[in-house]
Amino acid sequence: MERYRASVMLCGGTGCIAGGSLKIKNALDEELKNRELENEINVVLTGCNGFCAQGPVMTVYPEDIFYEKVTVKDIPVIVEEHFIKGRPVERLMYKEPARKQTIPLMKDIPFFSLQVLRALRNKGLVDPEKIEEYIARDGYQAAAKALTEMTSEQIIEEMKKSGLRGRGGAGFPTGLKWELCSKVKGDQKYILCNGDEGDPGAFMDRSIMEADPHVVLEGMVIGAKAIGANKGYIYVRAEYPLAVHRLQLAINQAKENGLLGENILDTGFNLDIEIYQGAGAFVCGEETALMRSIEGKRGMPRPRPPFPAQKGLWDKPSVLNNVETYANIPQIILNGSDWYRSLGTEKSTGTKVFALSGAINNIGLIEVPMGIPLRKIIYDIGGGVPKGRKFKAVQLGGPSGGCIPEHLLDTPVTYEDIVRTGAIVGSGGMVVMNDLNCMVSVAKFFLEFTAEESCGKCPPCRIGTTVMLDMLTNITEGRGKEGDIELLGDMSRDIIATSLCGLGQTAPNPVLTTIKYFRDEYESHINEKWCKTGVCKDLCTFYIDEEKCKACGACKRVCPQNAISGEKKVPHRIDQSLCIQCRSCYEACKFDSVKIGPRSYMEVLKADMPAQEILKEMHIAALAGKEE
Amino acid sequence: MPRLTVDDLKKIKEDYKASLTLREGGYRAKITVHMGTCGIAAGARKVMEAILDEINKSNVKDVIVTTSGCAGLCSKEPMATVEIINEAPVKYVYLNEEKMRKIFKEHVMDGKAVEDYALVIGSETAY
Repeated sequence: MERYRASVMLCGGTGCIAGGSLKIKNALDEELKNRELENEINVVLTGCNGFCAQGPVMTVYPEDIFYEKVTVKDIPVIVEEHFIKGRPVERLMYKEPARKQTIPLMKDIPFFSLQVLRALRNKGLVDPEKIEEYIARDGYQAAAKALTEMTSEQIIEEMKKSGLRGRGGAGFPTGLKWELCSKVKGDQKYILCNGDEGDPGAFMDRSIMEADPHVVLEGMVIGAKAIGANKGYIYVRAEYPLAVHRLQLAINQAKENGLLGENILDTGFNLDIEIYQGAGAFVCGEETALMRSIEGKRGMPRPRPPFPAQKGLWDKPSVLNNVETYANIPQIILNGSDWYRSLGTEKSTGTKVFALSGAINNIGLIEVPMGIPLRKIIYDIGGGVPKGRKFKAVQLGGPSGGCIPEHLLDTPVTYEDIVRTGAIVGSGGMVVMNDLNCMVSVAKFFLEFTAEESCGKCPPCRIGTTVMLDMLTNITEGRGKEGDIELLGDMSRDIIATSLCGLGQTAPNPVLTTIKYFRDEYESHINEKWCKTGVCKDLCTFYIDEEKCKACGACKRVCPQNAISGEKKVPHRIDQSLCIQCRSCYEACKFDSVKIGPRSYMEVLKADMPAQEILKEMHIAALAGKEE
Repeated sequence: MPRLTVDDLKKIKEDYKASLTLREGGYRAKITVHMGTCGIAAGARKVMEAILDEINKSNVKDVIVTTSGCAGLCSKEPMATVEIINEAPVKYVYLNEEKMRKIFKEHVMDGKAVEDYALVIGSETAY
């Protein structure tokens, strides 16, 4: 086979492809050909590298040089300087935001160095479209071991000892799930994979399917042997075309090579795997709804028991595991449960993949040992909150999870500790919010999602989420009344207690946690008609504190309404009749002189435009009122 | 491709070892060809091709080749540094294809530095 002196691992995840990495690949191939280097430098389009915020990214081996935000125009420079003359291009290297220091090597960048890769061990290291590269990284060795050296009981025992819990969100022990199904008698069983990742802000499973599709197949082969299944389905949403493409390619390759289909690896074991594309309904991530959807019926959950282990797909015994769960399995079989338990805590073992997004510097995909404190993820790996803004909360578990405030940031990330805060580990979405986020609006955003996605089968979820959403809308639009907070709490508890499936049982979590940790925001919305973050447009008035204003003109330049007047050295003023509460001036001001008052200020400001003194008095009165 | 057996998996892994050594690290020897303007003008490109050819012919999987900029001794180009892991690097000067092939065989493969072509033992630090 071809021998190269360098490998360029160019990220071909969805994020980087959107950023132009396919064009970069073409430009690179062409440039290398022009310089007659095509037989020396190997260009590999990998799956998601994880550092999506800096994309398109590439790593050059053997030097381990990491380039970020690469464009087609940079390619001739990289080829000339780095590949011909051996001088890595500093301009394209990662710069640490805090110290503005250039870090050339991938292994020295904190975002990468603080991670521990297990489920993502092949990310950026193999070509996901070549089965040989997966095999070269120990691929299918675990399947071979499970099929030739282990009994079904031994596999299950090893999985139980590893402590691996379902990575889709509920955290049910995988070994136990397999054991339950293996004990059910049946001539036909199914092994299923849940790739219906639906939480807003979550992209862990998509990245695994794109970066390392064979690991999912290998995990399923091992699971199939454990429970005695010979047919499998991978349920992927159709919005993940690249994942579907790479999985299908992987299935075809595995079949051609005798790693799927009949008589796998000459062991006499059979497993056929098919992809089923879902239409993207959130509820189809729920196991019973997912199975109905594969059957070609409308995706709706049904009451349990019977559990899928007894009656699942087409009423046959079935096991459904999440993509990330499967990605952990080959390594557990190969290295043993003790190795797996060496990371994490007693009850939450191993590692977990998280998708970092929102108000954080290093948006991307990370894998960390369980038990790591949230603070370390957000500040050390995530690089903290950008633009000098203040951290406010982190939402874990998407619409089923909750908001965790600043004072709980030292909470270790384990299933038990996170549940104690009111949130859940969930599938791994981590959305960071800063001081510009209104927590009532955040709760409303997630409830809008669940109310929209509720399948409508059971009334608590269908009606309950809609009524709660109406109340939250009223609160954010100035129609909140006393008692609303208590009623929201009561309804939440009722919906949790009486809904049929996980969707309804978790939908009120964002409301409950925001009430628990940010009750003052609900109160000021309801009682003072005041959204202090300026998000709820009907509940705020923007004005300029003339004593603080330096008349720099920053607010004036960004105002889309031309509502701000004031010459140089003259404190600026906002014309309330023109202001649309877009908050641009507030965010642009470097001197903290743009203020957000309650809506009641507006009339005063309209009457006598500057009214600095009146405002001050009103402000004092408002504060005094609050103290009473 | 034919159907695989358990032994085939190991064979594929072995075949691909070289490309993965490049990405994962864990190589035994590193040869750096100095490819500044001076090196290129003096024929560093041919020297590099000679190494790659030798590596291909001998089918070793744990030797990597990289380039670096001018080593600062433009009059002694083409130059290359051979670094066996855990041993001091050796800088070779006034190279050509033939000399490079000899260095590859004696130093990289057999572990004996070719003193006739060597300038110095030791190297500046670079990435």
